[in-house]
Amino acid sequence: MNGRTAVLNKLRAALGVARDDEARTQAVAWRLAETPTGVVPARGRLPEKDRVALFCEKARQVSASVERVASIDDVPGAVSAYLRARNLPASVRMGTDARLKAMPWQTAGSLKVEPGPAGPQDEAGVSFAFAGIAETGTVLLYSGEANPTTVNFLPEHHIVAVDASDIAGDLEAALSAIRQAFGKGTMPRTLNLITGPSRSADIEQTLLLGAHGPRALHLIVIDGS
Amino acid sequence: MQITSPAFKENARGALADPQLQRALGHVRSGFIDKRKVAVDALPEFDALRESARAIKDHTLTHLDLYLEAYERKVEEAGGRVHWAETAEDARAIILDICRASGARTVTKGKSMITEEIGLNAFLEKEGIRPVETDLGEYIIQLRNEHPSHIIAPAVHLNRDQVETDFRHAHTHLPEERDLSEPVALLGEAREVLRSQFLAADVGITGANFLVAETGSSVIVTNEGNGDLTQTLPKVHVVVASIEKVVPTLEDLSQILRLLARSATGQEMSVYTTLSTGSRRPNDPDGPEEYHVVLIDNGRSAMLGTEFQEMLRCIRCGACMNHCPVYHAVGGHAYGWVYPGPMGAVLTPALAGLDKAGHLPNASTFCGRCEAVCPMKIPLPKMMRHWREREFERALNPAVDRYGIKVWAMFARRPRLYRLATSLAMPALALVGRRKGAFRRLPLASGWTQYRDLPAPEGRTFMQQWRDRSVSGGAEI
Repeated sequence: MNGRTAVLNKLRAALGVARDDEARTQAVAWRLAETPTGVVPARGRLPEKDRVALFCEKARQVSASVERVASIDDVPGAVSAYLRARNLPASVRMGTDARLKAMPWQTAGSLKVEPGPAGPQDEAGVSFAFAGIAETGTVLLYSGEANPTTVNFLPEHHIVAVDASDIAGDLEAALSAIRQAFGKGTMPRTLNLITGPSRSADIEQTLLLGAHGPRALHLIVIDGS
Repeated sequence: MQITSPAFKENARGALADPQLQRALGHVRSGFIDKRKVAVDALPEFDALRESARAIKDHTLTHLDLYLEAYERKVEEAGGRVHWAETAEDARAIILDICRASGARTVTKGKSMITEEIGLNAFLEKEGIRPVETDLGEYIIQLRNEHPSHIIAPAVHLNRDQVETDFRHAHTHLPEERDLSEPVALLGEAREVLRSQFLAADVGITGANFLVAETGSSVIVTNEGNGDLTQTLPKVHVVVASIEKVVPTLEDLSQILRLLARSATGQEMSVYTTLSTGSRRPNDPDGPEEYHVVLIDNGRSAMLGTEFQEMLRCIRCGACMNHCPVYHAVGGHAYGWVYPGPMGAVLTPALAGLDKAGHLPNASTFCGRCEAVCPMKIPLPKMMRHWREREFERALNPAVDRYGIKVWAMFARRPRLYRLATSLAMPALALVGRRKGAFRRLPLASGWTQYRDLPAPEGRTFMQQWRDRSVSGGAEI
């Protein structure tokens, strides 16, 4: 008997159920199909203006830096200014996201854009978030050419653009947008929910920023698109 | 790992006499409790979410076979493979096969308690494969050849100066005169040292906080980002998960995620919550080419349908041990196996055997704080009591204890005799103890009086006072 059969048989014996119990099969099929919503905190249920404000506030609480720009055209300038202010090389790693590509990078002076997935030498990466989540100040990104997962983790500085209109009130709303984008039950290889820069409190419970992931997370919220 | 739970009493004595450990345990008392409270108080829906999460897990556990099958289908649709392991030994063999097939020499690991449970590191080393722990706390204890003393803060038993000594000993390629006096310098050094390991590893092994049946996703929740580098950079990603980790849907996942970080570290959300589904897609520029999930039973199915079933709701947040006066006093290693604190006192007898772990459910004052803070509302004291009953039924505890319990039971089952005995004993003790108001020594009660005085009774029993007050019509007891 293989491991699969053995484990499943043990489970059914312990539960005292038969394999083909119709009521149980239906209960499971129903839940997977209907995906009932549980308790959603009232915190995120706000009109867009307040929702975006809550997102910014929550992100700052977890040590992300946040700036708001009026248009998508302002992003390259904001990225350039961020790097300059921290004495970082004028170079960023980014994927092929159409929204990023459409930005006027040539207006940002000498800023060099390196296409493709990130490597260990990259100091700054730029991504465009699929969504934001106001209740916790979280950004949601998924893997692929547009925004490679390595950009989220290898560079020391991660700069994430997010459209204000993509900021959801709560986690359920953001995941349900993923479900709509990919089809029910289908997922990208990796879905990252990122809430602040990386940290550790493993030494004497002292919280320190900058563990293995980025030391800094900078969010650029685009208001007018 | 070698189980030392049978020596819990000696372990505890050693822990209480260890000044380094006692200094470090101060950080548990101060570090976790207040942060959790602030986060919980800031979310009015917290208790409603606990109820919701409990219902989700109860439903899932009674349909566990079907959700696991549904989960497996989705993983395979997404290009992943699911392996089933009845025992720790089976799981180790499966993982070794995967490593061998990819020609692995080095594997990086994200933090995972289940790989501790199955003793994976020692096994891989024996087979010539080098496991590298990448979570900072896990990395530190791997250097020290120790095991985690806490399920979310594995090195909580150590102080900064001990870590500095370990790093100087291990990282001999770095200049001796470097300054490591601040924790931030230690963190920076671990980051530099482990970067090259992440990039060089052939296989990345992570645990899973959750498995989602609706999508076939494994979910890890971390703060450092090491888990993500572990599962993104190597060619092969192996997820090791016990069978009770499955939840039905993304909505169900959302409910429990709101409880996990708040209960564990007092964060509203951990820094990285990552859902991984299958292997790298055709146009993906990064991510693993192979994705394997090893589903492990190792004793869980035997808990299902018993009075210990509710323990399978546990999401490993660590809140129970963070609030436990016994854990605060002796730390995690005294418990002698993988899982310490109240959750360990319930889980260890189930997974490692009551004959070996019988002391653990007895090492509780039943103060009830663990149950009060458990996000999944697991009745931990009740289950420790069940273990004590089983221990008595199976005659596993010492003869003196059993004799004492039997004498007690004889009186407890005969109320008249009990009342007679207490109505004679209380005035007698009151008379003898009248002068000092307490006893420093008392026959048959040395277990108590060795450490503190026993207050002398006032002279009348509870039942006598109850009767008097009822007769006089006063309801205010």
